[in-house]
Amino acid sequence: MAATSIKNLKEFSTSNDRFEGAHTLCPGCAHSMIVRELMNCTDDNLVIATNTGCLEVSTAVYPFTSWDTSWIHIGFENAATAASGAEAMYKARKRKGSLKDNDASVKFVAFGGDGSTYDIGFQWLSGAVERGHDFTYICLDNENYANTGGQRSSATPIGATTTTAQAGSHSYGKKEKKKDMIAIMAAHGAPYVAQLAPNKWKSMAKGFQKALETEGPCFINTVSACCTEWKFDPKDTIGITDLATDSLIFPIYEIIDGHELNILYRPKNVIKVEDYLAAQGRYKHLFKPEYKHVIEQIQKDVDKQWEMLQRREEARI
Amino acid sequence: MQHLKLLANDNRGLNELENGTGLMGWHEVTQGSILPSFEGDATHIAHLKSEERSYSNFNSYTATVASWRVLKPVYNRDICIDCQNCWVWCPDSSILSRDKQMLGIDYDHCKGCSVCVEVCPTNPKSLIMFSEQTPLEDALGQWPEKKKKEDK
Repeated sequence: MAATSIKNLKEFSTSNDRFEGAHTLCPGCAHSMIVRELMNCTDDNLVIATNTGCLEVSTAVYPFTSWDTSWIHIGFENAATAASGAEAMYKARKRKGSLKDNDASVKFVAFGGDGSTYDIGFQWLSGAVERGHDFTYICLDNENYANTGGQRSSATPIGATTTTAQAGSHSYGKKEKKKDMIAIMAAHGAPYVAQLAPNKWKSMAKGFQKALETEGPCFINTVSACCTEWKFDPKDTIGITDLATDSLIFPIYEIIDGHELNILYRPKNVIKVEDYLAAQGRYKHLFKPEYKHVIEQIQKDVDKQWEMLQRREEARI
Repeated sequence: MQHLKLLANDNRGLNELENGTGLMGWHEVTQGSILPSFEGDATHIAHLKSEERSYSNFNSYTATVASWRVLKPVYNRDICIDCQNCWVWCPDSSILSRDKQMLGIDYDHCKGCSVCVEVCPTNPKSLIMFSEQTPLEDALGQWPEKKKKEDK
């Protein structure tokens, strides 16, 4: 059940916050924008599992919790497992009629960072999606292990410097490309898979509502700009996300039932990836003459991916 | 700013996150714990505004991160158009909005990231960062004039 009509922002703003302040995420962190939006876009009771990561360590600083719903912290790899276990028990107890309120609408959500989604919890997520539990997995993709000091993850894009893939005289940072998690999850046959960004709040809220309403495992990758590790001023979180979506580094699209691809946002003016890269400290070294070819490579990859998405949208296969 | 008093909870601001009383060392913490966010039944919490809820002392709503701030956002009601951009993008749930109206800033939870100032679309901005020590009246007195469009 949708909480409030999300026709416009004024109506959306009448929803009641269920993610409280005084968590210890960095000022300007996009994680909390995304989590707040998920919890504001529905009135349903939520059962949330969170992997170890920035979100978990910052929102459950003993003796405080920032969550106004049922929430569990579990190991680095287990958010999908915990959510699917809770969902299985809920279904069984509902069938037996042993719940306190058998008519209540309950939704199961798992949050993970990109480290726990792309690397450490990948097998568990894959298993939960294959078993077909009715839950929504949301990856807060900030492209590195930000909680432990910015190590590379398989979501770190090519050319970014991280503490374990540092740029210097012999290296331009990470040499490998980012894993295409959305395609992998779509290949599982998940009924709803999407990539969303907090700067496009409307498509994000609609995507969240769609995922919560869809029966079966849904996967959403959200772009979460990390001011600490991407090295930009905290006030620019939304600006950087704008650059990311307008340069098509992070195209916003959904895939329904593993094949029906819809592009949810087409920038009026597509900007060059150079503008996006230049705004962040982690790509500073790419603007040296010897590493210019990496920027060209990134631009080529982005163009190719956008071409592919457009063709897939047309082909409807 | 009188509205803000209505929204305050009796427990607000009692707990300082870093240097608060009652924190324990890692060896004293039991393995696994359950923290109830509310006193009593919380089944219909999604339908209650924060001033109608009975928060428990475990809820971070009762804590404050005000000491993180160097600059604070100051809100000017006269210019605001209630677009709610600041509400949707505030990472710390610190913009107080009720009935489609922006009421002010929750200074207990604001960390001073100035995302709200960046996304404010009015001219001049209806949210501007001032030094933490500046009294609100002085800040409102120093508000800049409307900027004219630059000739192209």
